[in-house]
Amino acid sequence: MTYRRARSLSHLLLRPAGLLFTAFALLSLSSNLYAQDWFKTETSRGVSNIRIAVADFKATASDPQTTPLKQTFDSTLFNDLSNAGIFDIVSKSLLPQTSPGAPGEMNLAQWSAAPTSAAMIAFGAFGSSGGRITVNGFLFDAKNAQFPQVLSKQYSEEANDENARQIAHRFADEIIFRLGGGVPGIAETKIYYVKFSGGNKEIWAMDYDGASQHQVTHLGTVSLSPRISPDNSRIAFSSLGREGFQIRMYSLLLNRMVNFPAAGGTNLSPAWSPNGRDLAFSSSRSGDPEIYIADSNGGSIRRATSFRGPDVSPVFNPKTGSQIAWISGRTGLPQLYIMDADGSAVTRLTDGGYATSVSWSPNGQFLAFAWDRKYGPGAPGGQDIYVMEVATKRWIQLTHEIGRCDFPSWSPDGRHIVFANSSNGRASSTRIVSMLADGTGRRNLTEPGADMPNWSWK
Amino acid sequence: MNVSPERYRKALVIVAAVVALSAVTGCHKKEQPVNPASLGPMPSTATAPTANLTADPVSIDVGQSVVLNWRTQNASSVTIDGIGEVPANGTQTVSPSSSTNFHLTAKGDGGSTEANVRVTVRVPQAPTAPSDNGDMGSEAAFHQNVQDVFFDYDSYDLRPDAKTSSQTAANYLNAHPAIKIVIGGYCDDRGSAEYNLALGENRANSAKTALVNSGVAASRVRVISYGKEKQFCSEENENCWQQNRRAQFSLDR
Repeated sequence: MTYRRARSLSHLLLRPAGLLFTAFALLSLSSNLYAQDWFKTETSRGVSNIRIAVADFKATASDPQTTPLKQTFDSTLFNDLSNAGIFDIVSKSLLPQTSPGAPGEMNLAQWSAAPTSAAMIAFGAFGSSGGRITVNGFLFDAKNAQFPQVLSKQYSEEANDENARQIAHRFADEIIFRLGGGVPGIAETKIYYVKFSGGNKEIWAMDYDGASQHQVTHLGTVSLSPRISPDNSRIAFSSLGREGFQIRMYSLLLNRMVNFPAAGGTNLSPAWSPNGRDLAFSSSRSGDPEIYIADSNGGSIRRATSFRGPDVSPVFNPKTGSQIAWISGRTGLPQLYIMDADGSAVTRLTDGGYATSVSWSPNGQFLAFAWDRKYGPGAPGGQDIYVMEVATKRWIQLTHEIGRCDFPSWSPDGRHIVFANSSNGRASSTRIVSMLADGTGRRNLTEPGADMPNWSWK
Repeated sequence: MNVSPERYRKALVIVAAVVALSAVTGCHKKEQPVNPASLGPMPSTATAPTANLTADPVSIDVGQSVVLNWRTQNASSVTIDGIGEVPANGTQTVSPSSSTNFHLTAKGDGGSTEANVRVTVRVPQAPTAPSDNGDMGSEAAFHQNVQDVFFDYDSYDLRPDAKTSSQTAANYLNAHPAIKIVIGGYCDDRGSAEYNLALGENRANSAKTALVNSGVAASRVRVISYGKEKQFCSEENENCWQQNRRAQFSLDR
């Protein structure tokens, strides 16, 4: 079941790739240069999604806090399941009038018949009394009249808005895990990013859906490229000091900066190995920016590249940990490359343009990156997000004519990509946007003033 | 022209009154520094404005232009003498014909703040050979001889004009062995932030290599890349992009 789902996901990505290639071939044959060089087919929706009805939970306490907390819970659960990318959500206006709070109150026929026509139903009871939230959540299979219950969960937490949201995230992740082929959901994951105000840039964090944005570092300088460790314990980033940019490390367990050795030259764009033991980054300690790999405390440093020109933005293959994708300007404009982690088997993947900011998909199959295929003074076109299949070098374009896009980062389930987008191309307008890995379902997570998102590993 | 003495006297009185009034109010627009004590207690919400004014480059030849760059905070009205009322933050290109002090006044609820920058305009004259070996030389002499190097887009190779100017710079530095310098590497705001930091490093290093090859000890030269994190101007045109694609020299104190 796990494998079948994973494969159909890759089909989801690959099928439009083939179609787009055909489209490009036809376009270049007809040499209709003025035609729009992209178009959207609905074939990426070929896999039919599970139709799920998400009922508003039944209030089971008369505590005045119940209503606002239940509102937070209901909307968070609905959004989590809508955002998951594997469901066809029944519009709230098509739901039956009554909210069942327990299995005994559920009338399956009402929910499985048109117009609701649900295949799955998420429902339950929500109450807040004595300063605690109590939630009973159920998932029912509408087609299985005899044994409809798929999932039953109970939660009890201190009553506050944040906990109402977190309980909804946890219940949503349970549902997504059951119905999404055993791939854990992402509703409980975090996104780390850079927020700028005045001349300074600090590291910030938020929930995957843009909620509870909060500041992490207070360094009063320019900090860039936050990368969260696989165990969520540390953030590696790069920060401007008197001697230029250095790799810095912030501990989320200690809530303070921890030591990482400084070196000569510009040191930037750290990347964690999937086991959390190694850190790859770009350093110009030798005079030319090259990719180095150190252990996570900065010790036993070794150099992976040696070629004149900028080498930056490394990222490990999260599946194997044995390959690195990165950006190199060794032949002029920056291009996307991969190599083995020992520096051998260097392969160039892009054939031109200006390619930057690569992120490797959790299953190891795909690279997401920012690419301006027609880069040059006065050239038309813009910088968009692309996904390339590593094995075949076939690519698809995910964003179209929404302004400048950069810094894609995969979600841990491989179904989403978060990136930085500036609709008018100006740095000050940059905001963080998330979308499904086929380019649909785009939504803004922050206001302008945020850049360089990095999705947590779990 | 038959004016009665009485009327004449009346007119005289009026003229005298006007003169006296203007003497009190002042025709001259010279700004008096505000004595904070005379302002009384400040409202707790108003913070004093801050102002920062920079010119780039700070010294030019006659006919060249200078980019003024100013940043203010908490100011409701910002003026620059000779330019007039300006936005709170901005840049402007000016071409003064002689050395000029640009004076910015930022007024806000919390008082007023001033910022100054001097732009030196060089009148062409025969260059004088540097003779003072021991000291660091003057800031102006440094910037006159050690000039910023500009690059083509996405390139860190020195252009022919940059090679000439870095030879001049090396001569000056060799004549002033006490000087240590920092070279800042900068990029325009197109392209990606991480890649631009590496590119800026390569640009600053190109400039450093040229100096070292001309006999300047490498230990006297420090290199910092700022990528596109510190822009000199923010317009979306080639003129501004070129301004930002540079290796900038400054004294390392």
